[in-house]
Order: sequence, then structure tokens, then C-alpha cells
Amino acid sequence: MEFTFDNNIPIYIQLLEYLKIYLISGVFKSGDKLPSVRDFATTFKVNPNTMQKALMELESMKLIYTERTNGKFVTKDEDLIKKLKDEYAMTLAKSYFEGMKRIGLGKADSIKYLEGVKD
Amino acid sequence: MKLLEIKDLNKSFDNKNILENINLEITNGRIVGLLGKNGAGKTTLIKLINDLLTPTSGEIFINGKRIGVESKKAISYLPERSYLNKQMKVSEVINYFEDFYTDFDTKKAKKLLKDLDLDINQKLSKMSKGMQEKVLLVLVMSRNADLYVLDEPLGGVDPATRDYILDTILSNFNENSTIIISTHLIADIERILDEVVFIDKGKIILQSDADKLRNNEKASIDEIFRRMFKC
Repeated sequence: MEFTFDNNIPIYIQLLEYLKIYLISGVFKSGDKLPSVRDFATTFKVNPNTMQKALMELESMKLIYTERTNGKFVTKDEDLIKKLKDEYAMTLAKSYFEGMKRIGLGKADSIKYLEGVKD
Repeated sequence: MKLLEIKDLNKSFDNKNILENINLEITNGRIVGLLGKNGAGKTTLIKLINDLLTPTSGEIFINGKRIGVESKKAISYLPERSYLNKQMKVSEVINYFEDFYTDFDTKKAKKLLKDLDLDINQKLSKMSKGMQEKVLLVLVMSRNADLYVLDEPLGGVDPATRDYILDTILSNFNENSTIIISTHLIADIERILDEVVFIDKGKIILQSDADKLRNNEKASIDEIFRRMFKC
């Protein structure tokens, strides 16, 4: 996967988004060991310091934790990840409805469009 | 730790101030963008750091020691213009670097040259300007230095190679070394910077963490630079 970054937004915030999606979608599951900062930085092609900052942010949100000498792990609190998923899904839903509102469509109509989307 | 420290530095040529009252501290493990318009004083500052010019007043320290022979060992410098003898083959230049710098990693240099499809048996004079630039950059990045000072490393190379070079810089970057990159091609390199220094008319007008600046100004470094230096 090729990662793209918008230069107008702090890179660490964009990294944080990618990492959250990893957790929500289960690329890294509860209790999994995470790659090192260095390996992550290589994957995302970003500065290791910026990567470190994104991981620290994730840690302050309690979504990951550091085991001394052992590395970083995904939280064992599965409810926390579920909550993150709910919040993320809600944000996506809200932005969909906002977009529809801008073109003059209400909630009921918007849902009809949603149902019309083919997989 | 302070890797580079510049104190009250001034440089003038023929009574014209090129650099005025420069104070700058840069620590280990950073990738720093030295950003400024043409003629802002970037190259002069870089030459002073490399002890190729003498300050009119002020001091420069590398690892706490005043610049001199020791600092030349600690700094790997990519000048604006190539200084290599064009009659040499790439392989000969490699030997030259090997003899000259004890911290030169020949294996690494050969690998990078291969990745960039550069033939080590070719003479520099037979290569395009962009290819020659790539060769020199590879050589400079193949030293295990404390400080890499790259003066306009991307000027003559195409965008695809630019990306490869940035990735090379990133993957060779270790937390003990620092890279200073001077450029006006900000949009291309800003993703790898963690610190920026803006220089204008011989003065440092801003030093900041890159993401902090983006956050405060809600814009890219490139955009902030354009706004600040609008002609």
C-alpha cells in the first residue's frame, strides 16, 4: 500500500489516523506486538521522530502500551478498540450526511442513496 | 545533545552583510530543512559550518568543539557544485572516498549506485548532470557521519528520483546523526523534515518543529514560506 500525506496537516496526525484504522480493522489485534518505530517509519516513509510522536499519541490514548525492553503492544482492553471503531464509523457517517446536506438532501433521502450503492 | 551550535555569527563580503547575528542550535537525530529564497545566505551559512569560509565574527561548534580538522571528520558535506574530477570513473571516485574518509561505507555506496542504475565503470564526464549529482549524493550519504549537510541536493534530479533520494535519506538516517538540507524545493521535501529553519536576507527568522508550524498556521510549510516571502 502506498501512503499519501497531505502537507497541510501535521504528518503525525495523519499517521495517527492510519494507525487507528490498523487497530479498528484488526490488522493489529488486541494484545499484538507492534513493529518497531523504525520499521513503521520505513513502511510509511516518514521521519522516525514523527512516527515516534504518532505512537506516543496513541499510547496517551491508552490504545497501545509499552512493555519495557519488549516493545509496544495493542491494548488488551477490547472495549476501547470497539469504542474507537464506533466513534470512527460515526464520524464517517456524519461527514456523509453533511455532504448530502450541502446538495440539499435530507437524512431520509440520503439513506435511500446509501441503500442504492452497489457493493 | 547539541550537535551544532552557532553563536552570534556574522559574515560580510566587501562591507556587505551576508549573514547577520546568526544564533542556532541543532540537536542529534533531526532532519532539518534550511529554507530560504535565492541569495538568502543558505550556502554562505553552510560553507561557514564546513569551515570553508571564515566568519567575520562569531563562533561555530560541532559536538561542543570549535570547528576545525575534527569537525571535518564529523560532517559529510554535499556542496552546491560537484568538485569531482570528471575524468574519473565512478569506481575510482569510490576508491578516492575510501582513502579519504575512514567512515566511508563502500558496500552501501555500491548498493545505492546499483539501485539508481548507475554504472560504476562509467566516467563522470559521460554522465548527465543529474546522474553526476546522484553519484555525489550517494557518496556523501555513504559516510557514517554525525552531521550531513546537503546544499540543494535535489536541484537537478527528476521527481521520481527525488522520491527515491528522499527515501534513501530516510532509511539511512539514524538517531545519532542529523541531516541539514538546504533547498527552495520545499513541497518536495517537507514530508521528511522534523524541523525547519527559515532564513531571509541573512537572518534566521524562524526555527520550529515542522508539525507544530503546520498545526499553528493550518497550512503546509511550502504555503507558509510562500506567504512569508511574498514578493
